[in-house]
Amino acid sequence: MSETNAEKIVFKRPDSLLPVITNYCPGCPHGIVNRLVAETMDELGIEGKTVGVCPVGCSVMAYKFFGCDMIEAAHGRAPAVATGAKRVNPDNVVFAYQGDGDLASIGMAETVHAATRGEHISVIFINNAIYGMTGGQMAPTSLPNQVTQTSPYGRQVSSAGYPVRVCELLATLDGPAYIERVCVDTPAHVRQAKKAIRKAFQNQIDGIGYSFIEVVSTCPTNWGMTPQDAFAWMRENMLPYYPLGVYRDVVADGYANAAEAAAARAADCPIATQGGAR
Amino acid sequence: MAEKVLMKGNEVLAESAIRAGCRFFFGYPITPQTELSAYMAKRMPKEGGTFLQAESEIAAINMVYGASASGARVMTSSSSPGISLKSEGVSYLAGADLPAVIINVMRGGPGLGSIQPSQSDYWQATRALGHGDFQMVVYAPSTVQEMADYVYRAFDIADKYRMPCMIMADGMLGQMMEPVELRERKTDLPAKPWATTGHQHKREHNVANSLYLTAEELDRLNHERFERYEEIKATEQLSEQYLCEDADIVVVAFGASARIARNAVRAAREQGVKVGLLRPITLWPFPVDAVRATIPQAKGYLCVEMNMGQMVEDVRLAVEGQAPVEFFGRTGGVIPTPNEVLENIIALNEKVGE
Repeated sequence: MSETNAEKIVFKRPDSLLPVITNYCPGCPHGIVNRLVAETMDELGIEGKTVGVCPVGCSVMAYKFFGCDMIEAAHGRAPAVATGAKRVNPDNVVFAYQGDGDLASIGMAETVHAATRGEHISVIFINNAIYGMTGGQMAPTSLPNQVTQTSPYGRQVSSAGYPVRVCELLATLDGPAYIERVCVDTPAHVRQAKKAIRKAFQNQIDGIGYSFIEVVSTCPTNWGMTPQDAFAWMRENMLPYYPLGVYRDVVADGYANAAEAAAARAADCPIATQGGAR
Repeated sequence: MAEKVLMKGNEVLAESAIRAGCRFFFGYPITPQTELSAYMAKRMPKEGGTFLQAESEIAAINMVYGASASGARVMTSSSSPGISLKSEGVSYLAGADLPAVIINVMRGGPGLGSIQPSQSDYWQATRALGHGDFQMVVYAPSTVQEMADYVYRAFDIADKYRMPCMIMADGMLGQMMEPVELRERKTDLPAKPWATTGHQHKREHNVANSLYLTAEELDRLNHERFERYEEIKATEQLSEQYLCEDADIVVVAFGASARIARNAVRAAREQGVKVGLLRPITLWPFPVDAVRATIPQAKGYLCVEMNMGQMVEDVRLAVEGQAPVEFFGRTGGVIPTPNEVLENIIALNEKVGE
């Protein structure tokens, strides 16, 4: 082995991730996704102008992990907090990092309305179908018949209703520019997730619009499985319910941004096509 | 001297906020603060500012939280039921030491209550707008001019002490038109080195946060915050005294009910009753010093409020049992008449004169 090869750094902690110990459980994919977000900041050279908003949930302490400026939001309110931050400093890059209980239950109103306003923010959504931080309660995305602490006989859809497919829901709105669902169980999937996250940030920089990346994830601790078994369970049960893929991409559809795509969709509505304030 | 203009209270709150440097307003429709939001919607785009109608009061106050963390002068307004919804965000503002101005144009409660004027959110504003140990500076204007003056001041106080400040108006003051002299536009706003504006690799990362999982750390921060509150109590109490120097009876009233009480005091003076009006302008910090100054002279106190008796407890705490403190109030949007107040003054005067 030559000396040059020995010195070549092929992998390191991203600069935008602070050298601290996280509070994530062993085998938790949060660590991977935190890294992907930090790598994105490094690669785009935006750590200095990025403001992250972290939620209530397992990533509640993420303000200690990311090197950019951080705001800790109340439960579910990250999109509203991010809206305030972005409106004040529109040249900053603002992202919200949220789990399923935070984003799709208590914060569903904030989620939907930030999306439909087309806020120029990037939302990273970790969906592991359970409330991890509080010890494994049923989440809005828990699957039918999934056993959790608060669905001990399995999620009964007759009384607890059905899981929310957030990407599909948000894709009906005009506000979002880009919506993709990814996962991080294999190197190939991690690379795809990274690409999606990077695109979500790039869209914001380019003024294309609101971007939403759902990462289908696991919770080995509260699922009561090894990390590898958890990924297998995720592949077997979650991916059929939450299919990976792009749910909206206005640029791929041939539009310059979300506003143009929305205008095209409303082309037959006279009032919607009138320009400017009267 | 600036020109006087005739304006509605709710609109003055908005205009004065803009002049104080507020460029971000997040709100949600509710009566009777309506004109305030409408004014902001019209004016903010012309000021290069942001008016955003949020999806809920909860979202609005959290937008305030994000904007405040990002260094802006920011305001939200609502009326009583909407303020209840904002209480979560106000607690987080206090816990993260973030400045903001919150307007409550009070209406009757509890529940949906009424859309008529009320003062029944006194306890909420001064005791418990949200969970946890915290206070807000609360101003209670009683004229349209004071609405202009105190919203203007509230932004400075909020920034100075890094805390939420509230203006307690009510449906009567909000709808009232009076001549008002507006302040000059503020251009020199305080620097906020703590704000989450992006560190540009020039400083450590800033964090806006209210979470402290180490008991000792949270304990220390709460004590630090309350030391700041002690400073505020010592320096920020505001009140007005009217004919209090020789008063046997001191009427204590704030906001709209103080306007009525003043008429009743004047009428009682004409009947030879030695009565004065003490009008708290800050509800927190409560003007304890001003109340205590009246104790050597006063034989009795009458608290007049548009509620079932809330501020009267603070008056009693200040008077410390040294004179009787009585209460007269109307609720539900019923505004006390000067005659009703006068009758209560005369009755108390007879009682303490015996």
